[in-house]
Amino acid sequence: MSSVTSSNATLTAASAAQLSQGNSARWIGRIAIYGLLLIFAVLYLMPLFVMLTTSFKTMDEIQNGNMLALPQAPTFDPWIKAWGETCVGLTCAGIKGYFWNSIKMVVPAVAISTIMGALNGYVLTKWRFPGHTLVFGLMLFACFIPFQSVLLPMATILGSLGRFGMTLQNATGLSFGFGNPTINLVFVHVVYGLGFTTLFFRNFYEAFPTELVRAAQVDGASFFQIFRRIMLPNSLPIIVVTVIYQFTNIWNDFLFASAYAGTGDSMPMTVALNNVVNTSTGVVEYNVNMAAAMIAAVPTLIVYILAGRYFVRGLMAGAVKG
Amino acid sequence: MSSVATTEPAITTRGTRASIRGRLQDALPKIVLAPSFLITIIFVYGFILWTAYLSFTNSKTFPSYALTGTRAYERLWRWTFESDPPSSWYTSITNMAVFGFLYIGICLALGLFLAILLDQKIRGEGILRPIFLYPMALSFIVTGVAWKWFLDPGLGLEQTLHHFGWTSFHFDWIKNKDFVIYTVVIAGVWQASGFVMAMFLAGLRGIDGEIMKAAQIDGASTLQLYRRIIIPLLRPVFLSAFIVLAHMAIKSYDLVVALTSGGPGGSAWLPSNFMYEYTFKRNEMAVGSASAIIMLMTISAIIVPYLYSELKEKAR
Amino acid sequence: MRKFLTTTAIIALAVAGAGVSAHAADVKEVQMLHWWTSGGEAAALNVLKQDLSKEGFAWKDVPVAGGGGDAAMTALKAMVAAGTYPTASQMLGYTVLDYAQAGVMGDLTATAKKEGWDKSVPAALQKFSVYDGKWVAAPVNVHSVNWLWINKAVMEKIGGKQPKTFEDLIALLDKAKAAGVIPLALGGQNWQEATMFDSIVLSTGGPEFYKKAFNDLDEASLKSDTMKKSFDNLATIIKYVDPNFSGRDWNLATAMVIKGDALVQVMGDWAKGEFVAAKKKPDTDFLCYRFPGTDGSVIYNSDMFGMFNVPDDRKAAQVALATATLSKSFQSAFNVVKGSVPARTDVPDTDFDACGKKGIADLKAANEGGTLFGSLAQGYGAPPAIANAYKDVVSKFVHGQIKTSDEAVKQLVQAIDDAR
Repeated sequence: MSSVTSSNATLTAASAAQLSQGNSARWIGRIAIYGLLLIFAVLYLMPLFVMLTTSFKTMDEIQNGNMLALPQAPTFDPWIKAWGETCVGLTCAGIKGYFWNSIKMVVPAVAISTIMGALNGYVLTKWRFPGHTLVFGLMLFACFIPFQSVLLPMATILGSLGRFGMTLQNATGLSFGFGNPTINLVFVHVVYGLGFTTLFFRNFYEAFPTELVRAAQVDGASFFQIFRRIMLPNSLPIIVVTVIYQFTNIWNDFLFASAYAGTGDSMPMTVALNNVVNTSTGVVEYNVNMAAAMIAAVPTLIVYILAGRYFVRGLMAGAVKG
Repeated sequence: MSSVATTEPAITTRGTRASIRGRLQDALPKIVLAPSFLITIIFVYGFILWTAYLSFTNSKTFPSYALTGTRAYERLWRWTFESDPPSSWYTSITNMAVFGFLYIGICLALGLFLAILLDQKIRGEGILRPIFLYPMALSFIVTGVAWKWFLDPGLGLEQTLHHFGWTSFHFDWIKNKDFVIYTVVIAGVWQASGFVMAMFLAGLRGIDGEIMKAAQIDGASTLQLYRRIIIPLLRPVFLSAFIVLAHMAIKSYDLVVALTSGGPGGSAWLPSNFMYEYTFKRNEMAVGSASAIIMLMTISAIIVPYLYSELKEKAR
Repeated sequence: MRKFLTTTAIIALAVAGAGVSAHAADVKEVQMLHWWTSGGEAAALNVLKQDLSKEGFAWKDVPVAGGGGDAAMTALKAMVAAGTYPTASQMLGYTVLDYAQAGVMGDLTATAKKEGWDKSVPAALQKFSVYDGKWVAAPVNVHSVNWLWINKAVMEKIGGKQPKTFEDLIALLDKAKAAGVIPLALGGQNWQEATMFDSIVLSTGGPEFYKKAFNDLDEASLKSDTMKKSFDNLATIIKYVDPNFSGRDWNLATAMVIKGDALVQVMGDWAKGEFVAAKKKPDTDFLCYRFPGTDGSVIYNSDMFGMFNVPDDRKAAQVALATATLSKSFQSAFNVVKGSVPARTDVPDTDFDACGKKGIADLKAANEGGTLFGSLAQGYGAPPAIANAYKDVVSKFVHGQIKTSDEAVKQLVQAIDDAR
């Protein structure tokens, strides 16, 4: 007892000396850290600065002025135009109508691929079976398939499914959603997102203490109960990363969206944005384009900001004791 | 500790009654995994086989299924060695090597660096994190234009600095056929490093605080702490980040087109541009398919050993 | 049990029967894939939409912008692979033929006969819109590529005259350079460089040479000294661009001429649309001349609406679309805005401006004189594989990866051979 106290005392004395020396070093360290972060923040913000200032300028200012200058007569017109007036094909009602198309496609796709990825990761790490490494490896390698190679065969299959759906509909009067462009896109994005979501969760669960799972089994919990009560609640950081990744990629996808859902009324946001920005002829309205691009990015940015709250430390601290 | 996963199967059958319910419970994990696995086999590997099949045909605008031999591969082989003037294929593969190496390397280093900085109990982390992350949210179709201006000698950085008096500053990489690929690297790193940072941050946050405290009590300096303990613990994150970056590097079609329109004389092409051009624009589907297969094989040559070493170790 | 199943089966069939018969009515809807998404052209296409809505047809727009139609053609391929054809799609020549060969196009011969397309559409265009004796596409316009667009004020300032030969043009560019104006406004993208080269080849070698080399792909012509001289001429004219030309978009180059920063642009007549949008008038603010040495010939490309093999209930809508497209009123209204000339030679030119009138007259003359040639750079001279190989070589020559004209000729022959 007394030895502990005396060793504690020695520790305190030694650390006190270290502390006063370390204090100034810490201060310099803190300044360096903040300084570096600030420099990088500025570098990362430069393009956004250009885009924002351009979106508030008039075309005259853009064509005659310096790219980095602040707008001299800032105007909201480009934003209004981008939202409600700019032409997407023959319809000139801005990009506002296409948000819902994207959302009703992205949310299910992200949700489904994330849940499936989580379950897959859970199975591959806590319920191993012979050959699990090979299965994981195969699913992982699937991340590298170039989407252009799958565009046509997937189109063929979706087309057949659509015709099958029509036959079903004619026979039973019920539509199962086959051939519906939104459902097609959800399906495609789930298929090609599974590799990544499985990867993220599998690696995260790899580091997850298996003792907890075994303890729960001893207590009689089933496969799904363990998943719901133990794995999921502790997976917040990786769920956040997965959702960010999937949401961004699916929201910004152009190739599949234009190929499978290019018709005016089911067009996702990216196709509409592309039609605003990439017109082959005519005056390029840079200010409207920048405004449109930023409006199109708002949902993704909201996801980032909301998700940030879950980057919490210490979820695992104290979870494993002995 | 939490970094070492046990390999014992986590379940044992309850009792010896081979009831259907019992067997179903045992098979449940595999049943849960099965749909994903099947989907992958059909829609990924099935399509890869389809693409490989097409590379041995004479497919032009549309797939044709009559096998005609290895002409597509012969052409690609010949083009691999045409370096003066460089063939599009030669440009694509050399660019891929340069771009892939720099893009993945810099993103990993920068992402890790920023994550470590942000993990130091920074005030304002809530603001800084989205600042690094937002580039990925913006569609590159438009950010490409912003970068194009920024890097254009007549419109962007060079012109502004000349305006401010620094007239000897030159930065015309984007117009230079030998340097244009580096501008693609710059824009690509800007876009993706924030996400890599987020991944590393999640990884850092997942490390048990006890380990770090224990090491500090043992007298480890900060540098040693990071080098010997934390970074090795982040190996799974390196794997994930590498795979995400490699995937994005391969997919980088928009990046090249929006930023450089292909570059002077097509000097900024990446294999994804080559593949798209030949399959969809030039109506040479056989060549496009062959290039896709060659790309996949090259990627396997790099990824498979890496995967093997990473995954094998886990099963210690 | 059996009785239950039988009853269910009968009910199911009855429902199915009812369901099927309900689909017999015509679908009065036109699904159109295109990439005319900018204000001017979209407005022009809107005329068609309104014409059709007057006849009771709804317009379902499938716009996919980008890359001069690349993204749209990729989307089209996917739609065709899935079996969900649009009613019609904006397409360029060889694409129409490819799809026709694949058997997915419709047959508009009846409409063509009724409307007299055989006589009014130029023969060169019919090569693409008729396959195997059947009309599969309705041409919308004819663009021509061998034009010079000159800022009149700058021209007068330097005291320039219309160049009649290539040497004249070089002299004119010299004058501009001396006056401190950028002589040639060019965007360093491969299709722009190749489009200019089309004109140079026609100018250097004459109509017969152009046809042999770029339409017939005759190897002797491609290897000839005339081709070498064409590359020499290209090298000469490239000296007159500004250092920042690489990667510039074509409309920014046109803007340079409109503003007076540059003297001339060698571009197709869609450039006129930019001038018009900037409220400039021909002969007052800008001049349109044929590329020196190409008078009497027209290097053309054309936008066409390829008509797909749609189910019977959509055929009426398709016929209405085709008829409206080739109607004289639409042809006039659309082409006045677009800068091109009508795809029928019997449309009155009253609404067209001076350059438009010249274009119409030139087209008629070229059609009758057999000097109407497809532009290789724009995909009407040869199939895309060859056209793109050609563009690669020209671009590499312009940007210095190919260093001599001899090498360029060699590369051109090889590239074209490879792509055959």
